[in-house]
Amino acid sequence: MQPKPVVLRILDVISILVLGIAAYLALVIAPTERVMGDVQRIFYFHVGTAWTALLGFIFAAVLSVIYLITKDRKWDRIQVAAIEVSLVFFLITIVLGSIWARPVWNTWWTWDPRLTTATITELIYIAYFMLRQGIDDPDRRARFGAIYALLGGLSAPITFFAIRLFRTIHPVVIGGSNPEADGSFSMTGDMLNVFFFALFTFTIIFIDLFWNRIRLGDLQEKVEQLKLKVMM
Amino acid sequence: MDAHPTPSPSFLQAIFAIVWKDLRAEFRSFELVSSMLVFSLLVILIFNFALELDIKTRQSVTAGVLWTTFAFAGTLGLNRSMAIEKDRGSLDGLLLAPVDRSAIYFGKFISNLAFMLLVEIIVLPIYSILYNTNLFQPGLLLVILLGSIGYTAVGTLLSAMSVQTRTRDVLLPILLFPVAFSVLLAAVKASGGFLNNSELTEILLPINLLIAYDVIFIAVSFMVFDTIVEE
Repeated sequence: MQPKPVVLRILDVISILVLGIAAYLALVIAPTERVMGDVQRIFYFHVGTAWTALLGFIFAAVLSVIYLITKDRKWDRIQVAAIEVSLVFFLITIVLGSIWARPVWNTWWTWDPRLTTATITELIYIAYFMLRQGIDDPDRRARFGAIYALLGGLSAPITFFAIRLFRTIHPVVIGGSNPEADGSFSMTGDMLNVFFFALFTFTIIFIDLFWNRIRLGDLQEKVEQLKLKVMM
Repeated sequence: MDAHPTPSPSFLQAIFAIVWKDLRAEFRSFELVSSMLVFSLLVILIFNFALELDIKTRQSVTAGVLWTTFAFAGTLGLNRSMAIEKDRGSLDGLLLAPVDRSAIYFGKFISNLAFMLLVEIIVLPIYSILYNTNLFQPGLLLVILLGSIGYTAVGTLLSAMSVQTRTRDVLLPILLFPVAFSVLLAAVKASGGFLNNSELTEILLPINLLIAYDVIFIAVSFMVFDTIVEE
């Protein structure tokens, strides 16, 4: 087994450090928002995780195309890593958003376009893993996974438009109006700095986890090959 | 390869042959359409009591009830139509045929669509009689056609995938519903618009969305179907 690359080790440490700093900045340094109060501090981590998760999903759809053209399983392993980390990040986004929404919108949940699209996106990628689990042949698993991730990546933006057309005509009855109108605020200098640092933090953490996950996938592949060799 | 090469059929001929095969098999047994139909009626029956479909509620939920019924019955048909090919080994036969693989996709897509439309054409008058409304409006029929095209386009592709997995029939709705969510949503919106005599400008948007969805997903399915069936 090859040892963990030094750069990755360093990145692990950096991730933990910047996460600590970002938490300190968001919870202590950032000014308290006038209307919403302290709960607004969730915003920094909420957008940080959402931003990286969405980039991860888009990246995964691009990887689908690359895999389908090259048929190199390396791209499949990278795709699994991207989707897995993004799935967790996006779940964190949804949970954080829900906690924020309780005092601000007066409800944990409302079927707003963004929230609904987020839910459907999570479901698509959960289905992605269920599909992969049901297939034994690794090449077929990679092919089907790539196709499904591509379909999912295409359908998510369409879903967003479809719900928008629903909800802009029917107002959201429970929980007030849409997020732009309810619970919006403008960021001042310090808030902006913390915000960008949070984005940076989660990008670093994402890259770190992503890299670790790819390495795990490579090792898994190797173990499987060794097992086959022993059986022969 | 062959000492007496037979001329390979054209793309359209191949599609037609597959559709014809499916339709003939179906008209001998009525396995698929009859189970979809009975299932649809049961779903409507359950909705009737679950939602207490009195006149007032009906006005707002008819489109939703119809599309939920079609979607559920649709998965039933999609599953079965691919499982038949797989179980009896006829999929391998189809794949050996000297035709473009995407002709198989279009063949299965058209026959699935035909079964779904057939069920819808029978369910609509029954619903109309049961609830004393007229569902035979040209606008609504257009929406049903467009929605069914989008739904079966993705459904045929995904059923070709799910049939090759261990969990098979359980997996299809899980794969299909999140991807087909927008087509169902737009179809419900447009159908509701026609049923409630909304302004045409309000209905036009979901219809455009349906058309866009149909075009995008037929194109993608056409491109990737090869990869699904290759060994």
